[in-house]
Amino acid sequence: MSVVESDNYEPERRARRLAGPLFGAACLLATLTGVVVLSVVLGAVAAAALGHGSQHPWYAIGPNAWKLGRFLVSLTQKFSEDAGFRAGVYGSLWLLALTVLFAVPTGVGAAVFLEEFTPPGRLRRAIQMNIANLAGVPSIVYGILGLALFVRAFGFESFALGRSLWAGALTLALLVLPVIVLATQEALRSVPSSLRHAALALGASRWETVRDHVLPMAVPGILTGTILAVSRAIGETAPVLMVGAAGSIDWIPNGPGDRYTALPVEIYNYAKEPGVEFQSVAAGGILLLLVILLTMNSIAIVIRNKYRVPTR
Amino acid sequence: MNLPVPSGSVERPRWPAPSRFRRYQGPVMLSLLAICALVTVLTTIGIVAVLGLETIHFFRESHVSLPAFVFGTEVDPPKFGIFPLIWGTVMVAAGASLIALPIGLLSALYLSEYAPRRVRAVLKPALELLAGIPTIVYGFLALVLVTPLLKACFEPLGLKVDSYNALSACVVVGVMIIPMVSSLSEDVLSAVPRSLREAAYGLGATKFEVSTRIVLPAGLSGVAASFILAISRAVGETMAVVLAAGRMPNVTANPLRSVETMTAYIVAITGGDASYGTPKYLSLFAVGMTLFVMTLGLNILSGLILRRFREVYN
Amino acid sequence: MTTRSPLRIEPTTPPDESPPMRPSDPLPALPPPKPDPATVPDPVISARSLCVWYGSSMALKNVDIDIPRHKITALIGPSGCGKSTLLRCFNRMNDLIPGARMEGTIKFEGIELADPSIDAVALRRRVGMVFQKPNPFPKSIYQNVAWGARINGYKGDMDELVEKSLRRAALWEEVRGKLHKSGLDLSGGQQQRLCIARTLAVEPEIILMDEPCSALDPIATAKVEDLMDELKEDYTIVIVTHNMQQARRTSDMTACLMLDEAAVQGGHRTGVIAEFSPTEKLFTNPSDPRTEAYITGRIG
Repeated sequence: MSVVESDNYEPERRARRLAGPLFGAACLLATLTGVVVLSVVLGAVAAAALGHGSQHPWYAIGPNAWKLGRFLVSLTQKFSEDAGFRAGVYGSLWLLALTVLFAVPTGVGAAVFLEEFTPPGRLRRAIQMNIANLAGVPSIVYGILGLALFVRAFGFESFALGRSLWAGALTLALLVLPVIVLATQEALRSVPSSLRHAALALGASRWETVRDHVLPMAVPGILTGTILAVSRAIGETAPVLMVGAAGSIDWIPNGPGDRYTALPVEIYNYAKEPGVEFQSVAAGGILLLLVILLTMNSIAIVIRNKYRVPTR
Repeated sequence: MNLPVPSGSVERPRWPAPSRFRRYQGPVMLSLLAICALVTVLTTIGIVAVLGLETIHFFRESHVSLPAFVFGTEVDPPKFGIFPLIWGTVMVAAGASLIALPIGLLSALYLSEYAPRRVRAVLKPALELLAGIPTIVYGFLALVLVTPLLKACFEPLGLKVDSYNALSACVVVGVMIIPMVSSLSEDVLSAVPRSLREAAYGLGATKFEVSTRIVLPAGLSGVAASFILAISRAVGETMAVVLAAGRMPNVTANPLRSVETMTAYIVAITGGDASYGTPKYLSLFAVGMTLFVMTLGLNILSGLILRRFREVYN
Repeated sequence: MTTRSPLRIEPTTPPDESPPMRPSDPLPALPPPKPDPATVPDPVISARSLCVWYGSSMALKNVDIDIPRHKITALIGPSGCGKSTLLRCFNRMNDLIPGARMEGTIKFEGIELADPSIDAVALRRRVGMVFQKPNPFPKSIYQNVAWGARINGYKGDMDELVEKSLRRAALWEEVRGKLHKSGLDLSGGQQQRLCIARTLAVEPEIILMDEPCSALDPIATAKVEDLMDELKEDYTIVIVTHNMQQARRTSDMTACLMLDEAAVQGGHRTGVIAEFSPTEKLFTNPSDPRTEAYITGRIG
């Protein structure tokens, strides 16, 4: 059946037919900038880290691949030829472990409290808004908080943690706390309420219901959110820089009370140095950092896709 | 169904009164959980208290008045006029928004309106990966990639490009917040009810018309909220800016010059030689307070707009 | 919020020491305030002037009902008239809805259920519930049955209890070899019988069923109905159903709920009991015109 033409309507066919695909293409291009940026980042960093110097083309990185291992192993910092990030990698791993230790139980606990035990109302809204705002506070402000609260303890020397791993980890824990709370709440919300009702109807208390059914079912979601949050913390430079990770430290911490350096801080330290040689060292550190973070993020995304909210 | 028990009476074993362990486990856990929630509240109180007290301390020590602090143009002690820092911050944030907002919005429209399901399933995680790249990496790129590029572009035209300059900071911060804009806006656009789209298609609209005349206006407030949130992120951005824009507190409209942002100032004070308790050291808290107030204001504004948006569609 | 209300542990001795269904159980001294059309001797639950509020809107008004012991009582009526609300009063599941509250009296074995300070957790062990959609836990079949008994401190052989409960729910033969498979792998009808087995495992005195067959196919429905018929020897069953045939087939007593006309005029949805009679009488010779209109399909 053909469409009947009418004199009353004059659609601008050509303009409309042209605008659509053009606009779609523009949108697609915009989306692809992300992918392009990702490749540029990786390419530029790899080239800077492994490049041969100016007399070789930038893509001749193969012969220098052995340098990667050196970046990971070497402790020294003085000369660009043999500088490495061992101290920073150890420091960052310590930070990672301690941050998880502090932030995950607290974050999950706060989320469970809000989602499962607080009736909707003024209290819940207030805490919820507070958490949303905390998530938007710039990381450097957490650095200031950590500096005043943990490193100096407002000048009460006996409580001050100094520039130790404790202070760094506590600062990072506060930084990721709101992110973990929000992710956990999301995961708890995706647990069907029929499950809670089933458990309660059997005479379970609310806590028993949460412990045995709701939390186990929310674990994949919590895990994903936590990994993403913590990987963000590991990449943070400003707060750790403020609470005392120093780029000039070239030893491995023995315990959480020690002074330390972190991978991003070391990178910052090298990147500040004038001279191409040290920039190539910084690029090497970035490669290490990116490998660690992208691995963590990919694991998180895989977990999420594997355990998508079970639908029945 | 034959049952081993005689009908009429089910054999009922004792159901003991709840053990002490069972009786107390719930309340004990509940208080522990409440303490966890309290930590988040205490964090906010801590931030406000630390910044507030030390800022008061700063004003008392330095004898600077509030207007002189905000509008003074000389950053160095004993003047402590942070206007150049605010200028630098606003300039970087504005430049970054010019890059990120249009690209982020178009990309959100693509993801919500145009992308086939398969493409979306690949692109969304890719954007998330991008958002996971630490800011120090972007700072480094500004230094080794963007600035040399800018030099190569502008210096033949006779324009001098500082090796630390605002434009490279704008570029990297802009690129950095694209994933944020696009994923937040996409959430909002996807929340626009299907029925609206179907109504428009039913009237003979093209996809372009549905996207720009129906979906975008319907989601406009939500998109605005995501913009504001992204700008707030740009304002609070530290490492990329420290490495890209430098440490020269200029009040200039020339993006090829070096500027200093509030965050860069804070990092510089911590890394510097100012000793504890001096006005110079305390000024980092006052600048931090200014930064906190700015970002908090933006975040609250964004939250309010978003709540209005949700009220319309839920 | 049950966990936060002052925990008053109900006196567990009398109903737990002896089989609670002895006809000589002491009845709560409760003179019926007005003569009830359906005289129920020895009711398990007895509600008088029960009103339920959700915030400021009244969901149920002046409900008088006696649930007879070891019988099946059906609650029927059009959508939104408060059948499920009434059912959820019997085990205090309405507590989960913020703003819900009860007025009037509702007695279960001498316990005043409308009293907000009673221990709802302990109550729900004795008044079990089966839901509209089968909702097994995402755990093994065995764990599904054993969990409720375990948290309630069951002192006995768990394997035996699981087998007994599954047998009682007519599911044992179908699952005996795969007790450690996930409960979600069963078919819809099997899942619902698993949910019934799970409820039986905590040995409740009353089983509340909220449209237990609405998500099931006819064959599975028939199995559940047969099961109900067997269970009523030992348990009191209250079932909410949309299916009038089902109510007629399975129940001994039927309550027909209706929306209160006066409230509807005012823009509220408040349910009242239009009629509560023996099932045969209600379906053949209803005394309330609204009931007649509903069962003949004029209100739906």
